[in-house]
Amino acid sequence: MTQSLSGAAGPFFGAFGGRFVPEALVAALDELTDAYDKAKHDPAFGEELDRLAREYTGRPSIMTEVPRFAAHCGGARVFLKREDLNHTGSHKINNVLGQALLTKRIGKTRVIAETGAGQHGVAAATAAALMDLECTVYMGEEDTERQALNVARMRLLGATVVPVTTGSRTLRDAINEAYRDWVTNVETTNYIFGTAAGPHPFPEMVRDFQRVIGREAREQMMALGGLPDAVLACVGGGSNAIGVFDAFLDDDGVRLVGCEAAGDGVQTGKHASSITGGRPGVLHGAMSYVLQDGDGQTQPSHSISAGLDYPGVGPQHAWLADMGRAEYWPVTDPEAMEAFRLLSRTEGILPAIESAHALAGAMKLGRELGPDATLLVNLSGRGDKDVETAATYFNLLDEESQQ
Amino acid sequence: MSALTDRLDAIRGEGRSALIGYLPVGFPSVERSVRAMETMVAAGVDVVEVGLPYSDPVMDGPTIQVAAERALQGGTHIADAFTAVRAVADAGAPVVVMSYYNPMLQYGLERFADDLVAAGGSGAITPDLTPDAAGLWLSAARPRHLDTIFLVAPSSTQERLHMTVAETTGFVYAASLMGVTGERASVGAGAEQLVAATRAAGAARVCVGLGVSTGAQAADVARFADGVIVGSALVRCLLDHEDEDAALDALRAKTAELARGVRGES
Ligand SMILES: Cc1ncc(COP(=O)(O)O)c(C=O)c1O
Repeated sequence: MTQSLSGAAGPFFGAFGGRFVPEALVAALDELTDAYDKAKHDPAFGEELDRLAREYTGRPSIMTEVPRFAAHCGGARVFLKREDLNHTGSHKINNVLGQALLTKRIGKTRVIAETGAGQHGVAAATAAALMDLECTVYMGEEDTERQALNVARMRLLGATVVPVTTGSRTLRDAINEAYRDWVTNVETTNYIFGTAAGPHPFPEMVRDFQRVIGREAREQMMALGGLPDAVLACVGGGSNAIGVFDAFLDDDGVRLVGCEAAGDGVQTGKHASSITGGRPGVLHGAMSYVLQDGDGQTQPSHSISAGLDYPGVGPQHAWLADMGRAEYWPVTDPEAMEAFRLLSRTEGILPAIESAHALAGAMKLGRELGPDATLLVNLSGRGDKDVETAATYFNLLDEESQQ
Repeated sequence: MSALTDRLDAIRGEGRSALIGYLPVGFPSVERSVRAMETMVAAGVDVVEVGLPYSDPVMDGPTIQVAAERALQGGTHIADAFTAVRAVADAGAPVVVMSYYNPMLQYGLERFADDLVAAGGSGAITPDLTPDAAGLWLSAARPRHLDTIFLVAPSSTQERLHMTVAETTGFVYAASLMGVTGERASVGAGAEQLVAATRAAGAARVCVGLGVSTGAQAADVARFADGVIVGSALVRCLLDHEDEDAALDALRAKTAELARGVRGES
């Protein structure tokens, strides 16, 4: 290993990343970059973030070994990093607290956020309530329907939720609308971006706020006996994955597997596997893998999981894929739902459907590697928000009414 | 010098500001959008911006979003933009393409530049590409003498104004306000100041866009800018009228109103 990959700096990750944005936003992105660089070196900022992690989020999150689930993973040992137990139910809170603190530092009073599954929106609304910031969340109309519970949660927390009715009415359109708001209100408003994608400094900054996952997980694994053979995480924009991968990037023997949503299957064209099924291009301010047609028009993505239903991916993942340091596997809706069902039944843990994609990856990899292997899976979120989707998928509501 | 700068300088010689009209190719169809562009030219638009519809137009408000979405649903392709450029050039107006970056990138920047030159276009406006991110585009455009038109905004720092002006040819596009395209009751009060600052940074020609929708607003902007850029108000004429004749009548009337505006005749 010549150079450390952990903590790689933006704006470029190899040929990926950068900042392809309207001039009107450059000043705000520069301001944010500046503020973040200063905060990073300010012990007071780090201490405040650590305090919030401990006393508000509930960190460190625990590590749970799941032997009954592991029986379906070729008998490999399987450990779950329990980001689902964080306050608000996912890893998203790690990032949001950092960016909300930064918002206070630059003196802005309003935050906006985009959300797919609603987890980032809920986290942003939560941090805004905690830090007395006005909050508007953009959410594709289709997602407001499949994640209705999270819409209510955001509103209870005092946020304004704006259903976005343009385009594919999902996460990507919510991001477009958030950008339009930001261009218009940038003087008072900071954009709390939910994943490790977008223009510089977001990929680097969001990764840094999520690195705590991997830092804790690596220590916990070492205490349990040593490094795992592989680390698995689901990849939407890629924040939980890069968060858990980062600490292991320089451990050459540890395989890193990102599980992209393959929807009905990559070959059907109805999927959200940007790395497996996309090409390099620019979307939402950065160069990375994008699902697009020959003219560079973004193609709609498909996944049962709203949080993975995005036709792009963070630039650091594109880079890690190209250099071969990480692998990106497509996981279909049925594979993810089978893993969802299994973890629920065998371990009494309802995963987010997003996280179930990583569990499905572990089932496959475990069967490949056999009982000597140790797998670490980042359980990025809990499944409470997905009860309706899952119940519909498994026909549970009908069964019950028929009985 | 390009056909664009020649025309802008000639118009300045007349002691007025230029009227620059934007329409997206492919809305409501490729043929009808081309006829609409030709109609605008006949009715008094000096320069045409051919918009290339894009799936994720973050700088556009609802009017242009809807038109672009329908153009894409109708199967508009990048090559159609060059068809429109050819038609407008043949109609006698300087023409530039306005495009988000990814379609240009996927088409191939060199190929895009070649085809734009071949169609008789003068250059391109790139709303999501700033000069510091535009190295590849500049390398393709410069040797072909295409104008590279970049934007400045009220939030641009002095340093960025200078950098942008230095890399811009044709004209600098000054965004009148912080926001997206769309019709507005008033044009940003900061526009005049931004134009002055852009000139002070060395810009030879500065045109103002975003929010101009009436002859009176055009007249107001024409006092201090080399050109007045109108998009949504023209697109609206096509959105509001299904019938082509009615749409072109509305477009003719709106263009004439704006053309009087830039001549201070409103
Ligand atoms: C629980 C959970 N996991 C994963 C994701 C995907 O995001 P990322 O790839 O940034 O971790 C989401 C997004 O909403 C989520 O809610």
